[in-house]
Amino acid sequence: MAKIVIYEPSGTSLTYRVRSRYSIRLWSVRNSKWLEWLYHTFADALLALHPMWKLLGYQRIESPMVAVEKRIKSFMFDCRMCGQCVLSSTGMSCPMNCPKNLRNGPCGGVRANGHCEVEPDMPCVWVQAWQGSRQMKGGDAILNVQPAVDHSLRGTSSWLRVTSEAALERDAQKSVETDNGKAA
Amino acid sequence: MYEEPDEDPQNPGAPLPILPGHSSRGRLERVLRRGEFAVTAELNPPDSADPDDVYERAAIFDGWVDGINATDGSGANCHMSSVAICALLTRMGYAPVMQISCRDHNRIAIQGNVLGAAAMGVSNILCLTGDGVQAGDQPGAKPVFDMDCMSLLTALTTMREEQKFLSGRKITSPPNVFLGGAINPFAPPYDFRPHRLAKKIEAGAQFVQSQYCFDLDILNEYMKRVRDMGLHEKCFILIGVGPLASAKTARWIRTNVPGIHIPDSIIERIEGAEDQKFEGKKICIEMMQQIREVEGVAGVHVMAYRQEALVAEVVEESGVLKGRKPWVHEPNPGDAAVSERMEELAQMAGSGDR
Repeated sequence: MAKIVIYEPSGTSLTYRVRSRYSIRLWSVRNSKWLEWLYHTFADALLALHPMWKLLGYQRIESPMVAVEKRIKSFMFDCRMCGQCVLSSTGMSCPMNCPKNLRNGPCGGVRANGHCEVEPDMPCVWVQAWQGSRQMKGGDAILNVQPAVDHSLRGTSSWLRVTSEAALERDAQKSVETDNGKAA
Repeated sequence: MYEEPDEDPQNPGAPLPILPGHSSRGRLERVLRRGEFAVTAELNPPDSADPDDVYERAAIFDGWVDGINATDGSGANCHMSSVAICALLTRMGYAPVMQISCRDHNRIAIQGNVLGAAAMGVSNILCLTGDGVQAGDQPGAKPVFDMDCMSLLTALTTMREEQKFLSGRKITSPPNVFLGGAINPFAPPYDFRPHRLAKKIEAGAQFVQSQYCFDLDILNEYMKRVRDMGLHEKCFILIGVGPLASAKTARWIRTNVPGIHIPDSIIERIEGAEDQKFEGKKICIEMMQQIREVEGVAGVHVMAYRQEALVAEVVEESGVLKGRKPWVHEPNPGDAAVSERMEELAQMAGSGDR
């Protein structure tokens, strides 16, 4: 008789893992289509509020925003606050939940039932990501090569960073347009 | 067409001149780019500090393979490091494929190791994510996974092509390495697998080696999609094969080693045979012959864990080389000069003592 080995990853107790069925995370992936819409609407709203964030100071609102972002995304996606969210490119399945932190697709160890090789009772984050991405309008973003994680951004607000970057880009575009207008 | 010989008669095993359109100074790239069916094998890394253990294990592949893979803590088990095995192998003139796994090193260590390996004459690097630490003999270790195989490929391509580190800092002499990745067409999500190969190619993979193939139907399906996407023209695809020692081993592998798919029919066939080991070898040979005929496949990667002596047999009996003889190790004249000089120095030191 082969010895049955109950696998126990460090840091999480077996009881906890049995109780947390990853159900909310999996729900988010199943509903990736309208979550994508929600995300874009929300991102636009944050961008529209850019003057207010600027007035308050991005640095000052960082920690309250982190608190909010962390709670919402931890609940919905088991977010790990890497600070450089790629959920919209990964079918709403957070790649930081992969035990190998893969950001570019599944490893070769995915089990035949679509579960993780390291945590056998967890559905593979990337099998989920692929399914989620197929329902999304911008789902083909999963085919883009993602750069290595910048660990210095860990724990920072991805929302604020994306908003401030988008605002900068928008302003830059505007100034180019006005320059062109003057030239004409 | 003029063809450069794959070895410098003055100094066999010395790095070769880089041909136009090539990235490395190695033989493996030359064999593949000439359109020959390549064979690589995996060296079982020793649990010792004795260089002879490495040389003995490499010698059994001599004249049968175009490249020798040096694993980097495969299965998350501790062995001699891949960079050291490669350094030893290049001394003898072998063409090692250095495996780098992201599990044990962060980006600072990896980039430094790559420069060091290239300086030691390593011409081929295989970029892997690596197994989880839980799979190995030290499950309490801290998993690093600072990069993944894809960002590792991007980083090494940048080092070679743009002569700079990930940080943007300049490299004065770039690592001229032929870059590879791994594929596993035999694990879900099957639809995504060809896209993942496309991503690897975009990130810089010039060759890929696959997980064990025991299911030709899945391989054919995968290769069909790869050909439709034109990926086989952008990257050399080597398919993994290996002999199964017995039905019991096959069952054990299937349940305990993630990512290896062995169909029931294969296990039943081995089980029904009188000599299970012989049948396992026969299946491997048949698989190699069939894989050779699949359009778009550039070679095979033979992984005969703990049965390394079988590599020469399966390569010969399958006839995949079609009479071609890969490079054979000859003692390096440079090494003879070094040992003579060492003896001289020892004698001088000896006479000084007296």
